[in-house]
Amino acid sequence: MDEHHRRNQIFSIIAVACLFLFLLSMHLYADDYQIRILNNIALFIILAVSYNLINGVTGQFSLEPNAFVAIGAYTSALLTLTPAEKQMAFIIEPIIWPLSVIHVPFFLSLIAAGVVTAFFGFLMGFPVFRVRGDYLAIVTLGFGEVVRVVANNTQTITNGPLGLKGLANYTNLWWSWGIAAFTVFYIARLVRSSYGMAMKAVKYDEAAAESIGINAFKHKMLAFTTSAFFEGIGGGLLAHLITTISPTLFTFFLTFNLLIMIVAGGLGSITGSVIAAVVITWGGEALRVVEEPIRLGFIEIPGIPGMRMVLFSLILVLVMIFARQGLMGTREFTWNGLFRKIRAWTHRTAKES
Amino acid sequence: MDFSLIAQQLINAVSLGSLYGLIAIGYTMVYGILRLINFAHGDVMMMGCFFAFYGIMIFSMPWWLSFPIAIVLTAFLGILIDRGAYRPVRNAPRISALITAIGVSFFLENLGLVVFGGRPKGFPRPEIFGGIYTFGDIRFLGLSIWVPLIALVLLSGILFLVYRTRVGRAMRCISYDMETTRIMGVDVNRIIAITFAAGSAAAAAGGILWAMKYPQINPLMGIIPGLKAFVAAVLGGIGNVVGAMLGGLILGMAEILLVAIRPDLSGYRDAIAFGILILILLFRPTGLMGEKLPE
Amino acid sequence: MKRLLVVLLVLTLAFAVMGTPAAAQKKGEPVRIGMYLPMTGGVAAYGQMEHAGVLVANKMQPTVLGRPIELFLVDTKSDKIEAANAVDRLIKKEKVKAIIGEAISGNTLAGGPIADKSKVPMVSPTATNPLVTQNREYVFRVCFIDPFQGEMAAKYAFDVLGARKAAMMIDIGQDYCVGLGNFFAKSFIKQGGKIVAMTYCQTGDQDFTAQLSTIMAAKPDVLYLPNYYTEVALTCKQANELGLKVPVFTADGAQAPELLSIGGKDVEGVILTAHFAKEAAVTELSRQYVANYEKETGKEASGFDALGADAYFLILDAMTRAKSTDGPKVREALANTKNFNGVSGIINVGPDGNAVKSLVLLHVKDGKFQYLATVNP
Repeated sequence: MDEHHRRNQIFSIIAVACLFLFLLSMHLYADDYQIRILNNIALFIILAVSYNLINGVTGQFSLEPNAFVAIGAYTSALLTLTPAEKQMAFIIEPIIWPLSVIHVPFFLSLIAAGVVTAFFGFLMGFPVFRVRGDYLAIVTLGFGEVVRVVANNTQTITNGPLGLKGLANYTNLWWSWGIAAFTVFYIARLVRSSYGMAMKAVKYDEAAAESIGINAFKHKMLAFTTSAFFEGIGGGLLAHLITTISPTLFTFFLTFNLLIMIVAGGLGSITGSVIAAVVITWGGEALRVVEEPIRLGFIEIPGIPGMRMVLFSLILVLVMIFARQGLMGTREFTWNGLFRKIRAWTHRTAKES
Repeated sequence: MDFSLIAQQLINAVSLGSLYGLIAIGYTMVYGILRLINFAHGDVMMMGCFFAFYGIMIFSMPWWLSFPIAIVLTAFLGILIDRGAYRPVRNAPRISALITAIGVSFFLENLGLVVFGGRPKGFPRPEIFGGIYTFGDIRFLGLSIWVPLIALVLLSGILFLVYRTRVGRAMRCISYDMETTRIMGVDVNRIIAITFAAGSAAAAAGGILWAMKYPQINPLMGIIPGLKAFVAAVLGGIGNVVGAMLGGLILGMAEILLVAIRPDLSGYRDAIAFGILILILLFRPTGLMGEKLPE
Repeated sequence: MKRLLVVLLVLTLAFAVMGTPAAAQKKGEPVRIGMYLPMTGGVAAYGQMEHAGVLVANKMQPTVLGRPIELFLVDTKSDKIEAANAVDRLIKKEKVKAIIGEAISGNTLAGGPIADKSKVPMVSPTATNPLVTQNREYVFRVCFIDPFQGEMAAKYAFDVLGARKAAMMIDIGQDYCVGLGNFFAKSFIKQGGKIVAMTYCQTGDQDFTAQLSTIMAAKPDVLYLPNYYTEVALTCKQANELGLKVPVFTADGAQAPELLSIGGKDVEGVILTAHFAKEAAVTELSRQYVANYEKETGKEASGFDALGADAYFLILDAMTRAKSTDGPKVREALANTKNFNGVSGIINVGPDGNAVKSLVLLHVKDGKFQYLATVNP
């Protein structure tokens, strides 16, 4: 607690109020396309920030978010569909008993999505954290694939490749941004707590951390399970945003998108993940320009579909080669830091003039 | 299951397994030296197939000219990827190198989609590989015999390179200690480039055989074989060339047997490789023939 | 230096946004039609074929109501999230009056509700799952739906081929294949036949020898493959290598030049249900289209591109009849489509926005798709 604590609190409240007003004005005046992009941004903030907790903060490079998002999406979707809708959707084999009758409100389904996913994450953690480094990456990638294959094959639970359709479009700006704000707040608090310190210690030197009495396994599990919880909730929001899910939605491609975000934002920086999620989600739409024909007077340059992904993968490689720290490194945004910057800047301009 | 059916499945398994093995060799060589999982390896294989395809289709070369040229080009592509993407991150944390490899992999796939298009292309199968042979109830494609034979020849070639040449000795030195090897006056970057070239060439050969066996190529064809070959490499003991081939054979066998014995479970086929991977890492992380696993 | 690069990246993105070209205004304000198709990703092949078909159709008929047509293509990367984004973008940003797409059912299901909400008519060329148009006022399609196709295939196999024992291999990675396979199996059993071997594969699988060995052991009279062309071609190749000699029956998803180029002589004799055959080109439009397509692309017209063209022509026809490009009016016209002479045959739009149309049977002979028969609903 520093001397500026009170000032910072006031600024935080003002920032939240600004976000609220911004969303309210968007809610009232923006068109569906803009609202969709805003929802996507919030969703990717949730996913990127929670993915960053395990990959960046704790330094355990893993590739499983697509699995967690899938589990969350299916859990939430199966709970909000009415029994009648489920009966209609499962045309090949009927859905198994307890799922066939359960029907809960959206909010409860999101909580359930988080809890179920966290539970899966907890179970997965035991085998997964017996290995480290690039083996960890490959094993978690393997789990991601296995979850997808299982979703494809367990006809009586997931409806197999047909997926679940006709979900209600519950996800709106308030849900997505409310949960995004909560996720950022919660994970930022966690990172600043003694648990977070221990996670960072595990990242920099696991052996040294163990030697000063930090249980590395316990903290990895904590980060992994927490990450799973929020990825699961994100999955539930995703399902009710696009209203139809199937196993093909949860391929490694999803993980790849998140990976670009946390790497470009800076592995370990929550601020970086948030900025990258905003810029890349919005930029992904903006970059559609390169795929559209460009008209310059009489000349028409045909668009090249697929160029966006080429650019994105190139960006990832270039960031790794030239700017490994990403946008923020491991630094975070703080009010104090901002005011220090402003003071330094005004000071400099005053001196120059 | 009667005898002929078992023999039939065995032939299928050996020929599929040798293909996994051939691709796994490249993984294992690069990993042995750089401790880098070359995520893009499967996509390098894909590029090899397209080089061969365009050699035949556009430049109307005969297959015996087009295939070797494609293999050489792919070897150069391997060197190029190392030079452009991996060498700049060589002294960075290993995770940076892995992320770079994932980026290169997606780059090749998407570039392939833009340049070659997403529609699959029929890969020509030269006459001499296409014949069908019958022994009683057992029928198989000539290629099913050629694949293990070619794999064996290439395997011996690479073993010779690694264990009987000066370059090979340098490779083995680097895998023990890169810095010391550098001090001893070995041009480490050149040796690594040669490793990438050899691994990529093996992948291209494997890819071309793959494309003849399953005559359909597309820019995303490298993903699944790539991942499975990696599992084969880990299974055999990563860093060990013979182990990679052995791992490939075992994986091929496991897949074919699952589908043959429990057709209702064939949907889980792609999960087997990862199941094996998880079990191996948990219970015998050194793989079947590997030495101590580095942290 | 490093920071500079990141800043540069961000700036590039920002410029990309600002630089979005304001569409040039032409004389007689253009009518904007959007396409959302998978141009990249797993099912890129279908998107690319349909896109080619729409472009050829656009060259043939570049105006409606005396106004030029401007086409907007948005790539869905074969992904549902992108598909939903794409539809919103087409409607809100490009202000299109009608939408063509998507190629596969899963993505159309993600896009359909958005079109419905914004009252912009959408015509899918090839989304065959019944759910696509269910309760969706503004979603239509120009292909027939799977229950019809499965039933007709089962009838033909039972009556004409005289098959009593059928073996199947279903690609469970695609809802199209699973749905169609089930409809076939149900009808075939209802006819009095028996499914003696039911095997499964997944999109992208390359080795089917294990499944085929099981199928051989069951000694079927016919092998039904309700899958896409790549899998069908590879299956036929491996069936021949194993010496499995039964008629192979497949469906519209296999009608692509790739079936022939990948399958080669091994797909000779394969029979399929399809939307379109150029020999059975019953309409004038159809004959013109076939000629134009070959001239423009140098390739033979196939089912996917023909249906892409049909989606385009159907929208134009509806706009002409509605004498308007207004969403609800065009929707009315689309819903009341009667005996429209399309590329793939005569189309009636039935209840629920589904096309009611005849189906053709083709077989592969001398390395070509050749016409066998027409089946009317």
